Amino acid sequence: MSEHLLSIVLFTPLAGLIVLLFLPSENKNLIRAWANLTALAGFLVSIPLATRFDKNQPGFQFVEKADWIPSLGVKYYIGIDGISLLLVLLTTLVGFLAILSSWSAITEHVKAYYAMFLLQQTGMIGVFVALDFFLFYVFWEVVLVPMYFIIGVWGGPRKLYAAVKFFLYTLAGSVLMLLGILTLYFQHHRQFGYYTFEISELMKLDLPLGLQQWVFWAFFIGFAIKVPMFPFHTWLPDAHTEAPTAGSVVLASILLKMGTYGFLRFSLPLLPKASIDPLIVQALVGLSIVAIIYGALVCLMQQDWKKLVAYSSVSHLGFCTLGIFALNPNGIAGSVIQQINHGISTGMLFLLVGAIYERRHTREIGEYGGLAHVMPVFATVFAFAMLSSAGLPLLNGFVGEFTILQGAFEANRWWAALAVTGVVLGAAYLLWLYQRTMLGQVTNPKNLGLPDLNLRELAVFAPLIAWAVWIGVYPKPYFEVLEKPVAQLVERVRPGYLQQAVTAHAEAPVAPAVRGAR
Amino acid sequence: MTFLDLIWLIPLFPLAGAAIMLFLGRKLDPQQPSAVALAPGVGPAPGMHGLGHAGHSHAGPGKKLISLLCPGTVLLSLIFSIGAVAELARLPEKTHQLILYTWIAGLPFQTATGSLARFSADWGFLLDPLSAVMILVVTGVGFLIHVYSIGYMGHEGGYYRFFGYMNLFVFFMLMLVLANNYALLFVGWEGVGLCSYLLIGFYFHKKSASDAANKAFIVNRIGDAGFILGMLMMFHVFGTVRFADVNRALAGPGYAPEASWGVLSVMALLLFVGATGKSAQFPLYVWLPDAMEGPTPVSALIHAATMVTAGVYMVARSNALFSLAPATSDIVAVIGAFTAILAASIALVQNDIKRVLAYSTVSQLGYMFLACGVGAYWVAIFHLYTHAFFKALLFLGAGSVIHALGGEQDMRRMGGLKEKLPTTYWTMLAGSLAIAGIPGLAGFFSKDEILWQVYSSPQGSTALFVVGLITAGMTAFYMFRLMFLTFHGKPRMDAHTLAHAHESPPVMTVPLAVLAAGSVLAGWIGVPKLWTAFPDAFRSFEHWLEPVMLRAAAHGADAGHHDAATEWLLMGLSVAVALGGIWVARVFYLRRPELPERLAQSAPGLYNTLLNKWYVDEVYGAVFVDGLAKGGGTALSEFDARVVDGGVNGTGWLARFTSQLSIWWDTWIVDGAVRLVSFAVKVVSYPVRLLQTGYVQAYALIFVLGVLVIFGYYWMR
Repeated sequence: MSEHLLSIVLFTPLAGLIVLLFLPSENKNLIRAWANLTALAGFLVSIPLATRFDKNQPGFQFVEKADWIPSLGVKYYIGIDGISLLLVLLTTLVGFLAILSSWSAITEHVKAYYAMFLLQQTGMIGVFVALDFFLFYVFWEVVLVPMYFIIGVWGGPRKLYAAVKFFLYTLAGSVLMLLGILTLYFQHHRQFGYYTFEISELMKLDLPLGLQQWVFWAFFIGFAIKVPMFPFHTWLPDAHTEAPTAGSVVLASILLKMGTYGFLRFSLPLLPKASIDPLIVQALVGLSIVAIIYGALVCLMQQDWKKLVAYSSVSHLGFCTLGIFALNPNGIAGSVIQQINHGISTGMLFLLVGAIYERRHTREIGEYGGLAHVMPVFATVFAFAMLSSAGLPLLNGFVGEFTILQGAFEANRWWAALAVTGVVLGAAYLLWLYQRTMLGQVTNPKNLGLPDLNLRELAVFAPLIAWAVWIGVYPKPYFEVLEKPVAQLVERVRPGYLQQAVTAHAEAPVAPAVRGAR
Repeated sequence: MTFLDLIWLIPLFPLAGAAIMLFLGRKLDPQQPSAVALAPGVGPAPGMHGLGHAGHSHAGPGKKLISLLCPGTVLLSLIFSIGAVAELARLPEKTHQLILYTWIAGLPFQTATGSLARFSADWGFLLDPLSAVMILVVTGVGFLIHVYSIGYMGHEGGYYRFFGYMNLFVFFMLMLVLANNYALLFVGWEGVGLCSYLLIGFYFHKKSASDAANKAFIVNRIGDAGFILGMLMMFHVFGTVRFADVNRALAGPGYAPEASWGVLSVMALLLFVGATGKSAQFPLYVWLPDAMEGPTPVSALIHAATMVTAGVYMVARSNALFSLAPATSDIVAVIGAFTAILAASIALVQNDIKRVLAYSTVSQLGYMFLACGVGAYWVAIFHLYTHAFFKALLFLGAGSVIHALGGEQDMRRMGGLKEKLPTTYWTMLAGSLAIAGIPGLAGFFSKDEILWQVYSSPQGSTALFVVGLITAGMTAFYMFRLMFLTFHGKPRMDAHTLAHAHESPPVMTVPLAVLAAGSVLAGWIGVPKLWTAFPDAFRSFEHWLEPVMLRAAAHGADAGHHDAATEWLLMGLSVAVALGGIWVARVFYLRRPELPERLAQSAPGLYNTLLNKWYVDEVYGAVFVDGLAKGGGTALSEFDARVVDGGVNGTGWLARFTSQLSIWWDTWIVDGAVRLVSFAVKVVSYPVRLLQTGYVQAYALIFVLGVLVIFGYYWMR
């Protein structure tokens, strides 16, 4: 059993989906209950991954490998390291909460709705566990389809425009990425005489810088659209705004992380020379910093609650990509932690918009005001989500941002100086949103009788709040889990970085120094 | 188990109180603030404005429990603090560090020297003479203000919410001063900022309150950005942010005072940017006067006695760094002096009793930074400590007046309250005399020492001294203007308000009395060295702080020699200026009350400039809020929608356009060619078709004709 743990985690949602298809469509509550149960089971089976994970062991764990399409050299090859572990857990938990949050929001095509979500769960987990590039690509594309339908069928007024835009934009990126993958695939055949998509094999390739750069840009288009990085971000506000609540939650919390994960799992290890190429680093850091400031400024003037949260994602993901291309341990570790944080904080913010949308069916900020009087519990949870997103110390966001900024500062202090403005602007747009919606007097009579959060809704928020506090107060386990994989990444891109101390100054450093930690 | 081992508990008590309020407060105090806060015309009329005596306290048992619990947690912290400080005093090394666990346990990184260090910060506490002073001030004054609040907030909605926030504030403030490293200090730093935000916006149905709360948080965040960069630089240079390690490194042979702008100076400057935010110094002071939107006990605790002094504490805590950064120290001194006189000038003409005190606070904080800037860190802390007494007292006294007048804050509608509010009057008088710098009271000792140090320290200057002296005169003037307008002369409020004016209950006046005693007596542990009649025991404050300020003290020791006559002269000068300020206030507001108005009319430009606070808020509003933030946001939103997304939509349009084009091409060109061929065939075949009539006779005729033609052809040859 335990040697197939990862496969169980991967296919639990799919198995539930197959059963779901045989349930009678008219019995909506049965379908809801079953889908929730499956998602919960999906989360529960993923917990042993965390408890059995050995943080001291480098490389991949829970590895499973079998031939899939031998003629092409394609394998069913999965496994996780610390980075994927955290993202898988984020997926199983947030996926479950998203499904839980849909109970009363979705009344039409209920069966198809839950089927899409369960399919998507398997797809997303697959992306984070695949160690075979072809398998990865399959899962990557699998995710696209359910999200397209979720936006297009259960979305808002402009759902078709948003869904098509999302689908085509992402697909365009994927195709270029596929070209990059195939380049590596054929290069491998040329150099080693056989075909394979295994990442660990492709890492052995010896590619000239020029080719690496081409492949890097091909990957870049695919991943940058997914993240999304400026200027490839405009599908995001539309998709987020039109998607149903749970769709936005999954989109923001998990789907976007596929892009940042792609950089970490493929771009950096497979193309190390290109990844430290000054032009590429400066371009990516530049785009990240633009995203941080630009996204925040655009947030300030949004009139649509959900769109504001969507643009805040652009800003926050800018921090994540900045951390990655600082190309040092803290930048990368901070980036992964911030990816989790963004999943928690922005997930909460979207769930909050969803809760209010379900009550009032408008996302116009001007329609609200003074809600703290009517819905004090909602206001408290919102305040919490806001502070977590704004990076208040002792909540999750601070740990991620601070660590990323340290990495950025180490690489170039001006990067940190520019990025830190995002911290100021982040507080500004969130506090202003809070003031306009929650504070003041109730000026709109329609808001008078709004019911506060109910128990089911609170149950959705409770785990996220607890998680936010945990990361904020005791982030040590997260850093520990990330230490090995991040060290390997840094070693791969910048060999010798972590042995520097051996050759460097002999005088005793004042800090609790770590010598040659690897 | 000694108190020293339990210092981690000191912040935890109020945190527990805050947590109980968060989860159970609503049940304990079911009175809802929300039921009444509707805009006029939407529902029932608003009812929770101001401090009206809406029915005398029908305090339920839940409310009583809150009144016991929340001040009680702070009292427990106070007791544990006293115990710990008493034990600290007996330690030979006068420092106690307790590390609970590694909070931020980040990954290795390369420092400036190329060696590896770990990006980490403890959850650790440091009790040394400096933090000892701070925790006693925070828990002592904090406790008194909690007790006062029982009376002051008794009739207000959201009683539990208020005490929950207050307890949370005390938790964060204690974390701030007890942290053993900058990162954990920053936790407290941001946490008190959050509580400040929550409490300024306590009356959140008021737009002005939530505006002020936002302003406070965002302006502070600008400072925090500097603080964060300062910390990152510290990691980069030293590999650590733990106070003890940073100071040990700085004490090493590698560092000497920097001649120009080196890393240490930049690092110190970045930290100081943080301090200007939290401690309301120019150019980031603008949030503090607006913060008076919060309930008055909040103004007393957070915006006078404790939180706003955090920046001073942080700079004093970093004295080893600042004393190696003379360029930055000069900036600190100049900013401090400038803020002191700027804020005092604004306070001269304000009419809102709390705003006068707010600008006074900004001004006094300027004094503290002035002291830091000239290297007299212990004096800055000394003034912080005396200021906590008299400024908390003045705010609480003002609160008592406001309470008595049913929410009135405009001094133009006060007057003659001396007999009605005797305790408030006499205690506030003690506070005013103290802040004015009348010899023997607390403020005299600390302010006089600051002025002396500014004059005599090698980093000081006569110009800064003159600014400090003028500010002292202004301080005496505006404080006694406040006292005279409020308590003397004829009552200017309406008869109804006057009839209802009454002294506050003991739960409020007892804290006033205790603070008044402190304002009178607290300075006697920092008697000038000039007063040789007093033994060294009267100068214990400086000696107490010596272990923390070693480096700074060493620098101060080579201060130039000034004779006693100069010092006596300067002391006399500062007292004379204070008395002069009081005298002018007396002439203006008691003897010839028509004078101020005439003066204002004779120089309307200056008067209006001061009344409008030098128009700084207007300039900031236009440049930063409307210009950069809103203007930039709007412009970029447009850019995003039209250019970036326009590009995407344009691509989509282009795709559709080319597809239309292809359809046209396909229909007319590609398929056209095909059809052209068929047409051509048709055209060509048309004459042939004409022949194909289907009549056999015609075919036979053509056949015969054909045969004849062929035969004819051969026959002719």
